[in-house]
Amino acid sequence: MLKTFVKGGVHPAECKFSEDNAIVNLPLPKTVSIPIAQHIGAPSKVIVAKGDKVKVGDKIAESTGFVSANIHSSVSGTVNKIDDVLDSTGYKRTCIIIDVEGDEWNEIIDRTTDLKKEISLTEKEIIAKINASGIVGLGGATFPSHVKLSIPDGKKINVLIINGVECEPYLTSDHRLMIEKANEMLVGVQILMKALSVSRALIGIENNKPDAIAHLSLLVKNYPGIEVHPLKVKYPQGGEKQLIKALINREVPSGGLPLDVGAVVHNVGTAFAVYEAVQKNKPLFERVVTVTGQLVSKPSNFMVRIGTPVSQLIEAAGGLPEDTGKIINGGPMMGKAVSSTEVPVTKGTSGILIMSKDASKRKKESTCVRCAKCVSACPQGLEPFLLIKQTQLEKNDELEQNGIMDCIECGSCSFTCPAGLPLLDYIRLGKSRVSRIIRSRKQ
Amino acid sequence: MNTTILFTIISLSAVGGISAVILYFVAQKFKVFEDPRIDLVTEALPAANCGGCGYPGCRGLAEAMVKSDDLSPFFCPVGGNAVMATVAKILGKEVTAKEPLVAVIRCSGSLAKRPRLNEYDGAATCTIVSSLYSGETGCQYGCHGLGDCVTVCKFDAIYMDKETGLPVVIDEKCTACGACVKACPNKIIELRKKFAKDRKIFVSCVNKDKGGIAKKACEVACIGCGKCVKVCPHDAITLENFLAYIDPNKCKLCRKCVEECPTNAILEINFPPRKIKDETGGNTEQVKSSEKE
Repeated sequence: MLKTFVKGGVHPAECKFSEDNAIVNLPLPKTVSIPIAQHIGAPSKVIVAKGDKVKVGDKIAESTGFVSANIHSSVSGTVNKIDDVLDSTGYKRTCIIIDVEGDEWNEIIDRTTDLKKEISLTEKEIIAKINASGIVGLGGATFPSHVKLSIPDGKKINVLIINGVECEPYLTSDHRLMIEKANEMLVGVQILMKALSVSRALIGIENNKPDAIAHLSLLVKNYPGIEVHPLKVKYPQGGEKQLIKALINREVPSGGLPLDVGAVVHNVGTAFAVYEAVQKNKPLFERVVTVTGQLVSKPSNFMVRIGTPVSQLIEAAGGLPEDTGKIINGGPMMGKAVSSTEVPVTKGTSGILIMSKDASKRKKESTCVRCAKCVSACPQGLEPFLLIKQTQLEKNDELEQNGIMDCIECGSCSFTCPAGLPLLDYIRLGKSRVSRIIRSRKQ
Repeated sequence: MNTTILFTIISLSAVGGISAVILYFVAQKFKVFEDPRIDLVTEALPAANCGGCGYPGCRGLAEAMVKSDDLSPFFCPVGGNAVMATVAKILGKEVTAKEPLVAVIRCSGSLAKRPRLNEYDGAATCTIVSSLYSGETGCQYGCHGLGDCVTVCKFDAIYMDKETGLPVVIDEKCTACGACVKACPNKIIELRKKFAKDRKIFVSCVNKDKGGIAKKACEVACIGCGKCVKVCPHDAITLENFLAYIDPNKCKLCRKCVEECPTNAILEINFPPRKIKDETGGNTEQVKSSEKE
């Protein structure tokens, strides 16, 4: 019997069209627009000016606090301007726009492909390096990684969990990475283990990726302390709290963090980025992006430089299909539709999903019949039908009592609702109101 | 008479009598004193319970007014000066009359004038749209057109014009309670001074983008050219972030700015159609029809 989390969960169609297509380097774009807010936390501060020459890997924006991240140029060329550009958040944000000239890398980056296994840096140096390289959680939440590795005094971590679940339908970027860059990724895991001073790391992979499970199970024999655990397929197993429950059967308390139960979770993509940063001096300026969809003629996995416009990815995957209804940044469950194809790829872009007009249409809204399907689907044990009503009536105190802040915004409730209610839309609204109240209370 | 009935009547009356006495003393002991003027003031208020005054319902306002020595921080926007005068009379306090206000919609980006670049099909409230992205058009500041202001208005004073996709305020019904101002996530609704005959002149735009971007997104956007600022004889217009604003307290309704505005972003409402002389002389021509429905 395979392990999984207990509460709730749903089973959307998997549709992993691009799982057998190897990662291809996307040709360099003519210009890139690199947003200065690509992570959770304070936006970075621009340190280049119009007309400056930059090389690949040069720092162009600096972290402005503990929860913030450096941003590096993904191309070589001239800074054209610093302007507000529509990005994947749906708003105009400050971006650094760079005209691409050639492909000249910063000299400190080691561009050889040989595997470097021995870790020479100390724990502190590793964390400092990860911080300097601008690494954020590549699973999609883009939380700065060095913050997760800096364990506050009094907390004890005894296990590192590596998230190779990729529970979002359609997306295959982590899957491909686990097959093609398995050794690098595993060294990355060892670096993370050293930084956290733990001796055990568990890699959780859903059972719909048997090739990745087999490949990694074979390789981990050379890496002491790392174990591979196949998991039963169920959405949202890639959620931190769900994955911890599935792998080590510990429950993160309401309002708590994984480190409260002695665990830290990192994505496989992050582990790979950590390897490149620590062993090869390569900051985070490119990532794997899946371009997929029912209508896409060539579903693919691309290695993309941050700041490349989405239109270029779609072009490389066979062009925009005629019947396109929505272009989604991320997966179908948690992703967000973009309002223009010119939005740039950021550190958090795990996939570009193209949906047909029919498939992307919302269900017609009707009334809630109290069937409680949303309650059984919620992996956090909340009551979405109640939360939507209370949000509409602005009952913020009740929302807080009913645990709205525990919502992980996985969308299982909206997915399962037979009345087609926009449950998650309202819950997000309620959550933002309640979090504003909580923040003002703390001040 | 049957003795059973007699005993029942007597014993029940006795129990009733004793309870009444006990209750009387208990009520005396635990009596809560309430200023009788609170009830009087509550009665004088319009009982709309709209919350426009900032207090929870009319009684909440009445309590606060009775307790306070000074009436100047309070105002019932629904009842206006008349009600405030009555309240002042009841409480024997002074009150100064306030200028009547009316809500105006500061966006003219109708379906025809502001091209839609994408289609939104999520939950139908403006608050959610604005929490998700910049909206269906190129202008992230303008009206989302899903009618949060209409839902929140307790006086049916706002409706959605289906043709333009913009809300319309019915001046006669608007009490300036300010509920719509709070409900609008883009802050396009403003409470402005009410002039005679409901005449209005205001910049019907809140776009803070540079001129070129604003104009591309919407035909009638304020591009921040500053022509109105120069032409205004009363120094009533200020320009900030590429957006002009007419101060209603300084504006004398001379309408010079309306003529000058190259994008027709400044609206004049409820004015008689003006006649100006054509350059060739002789013919008169109606230039800008007054916009009132």
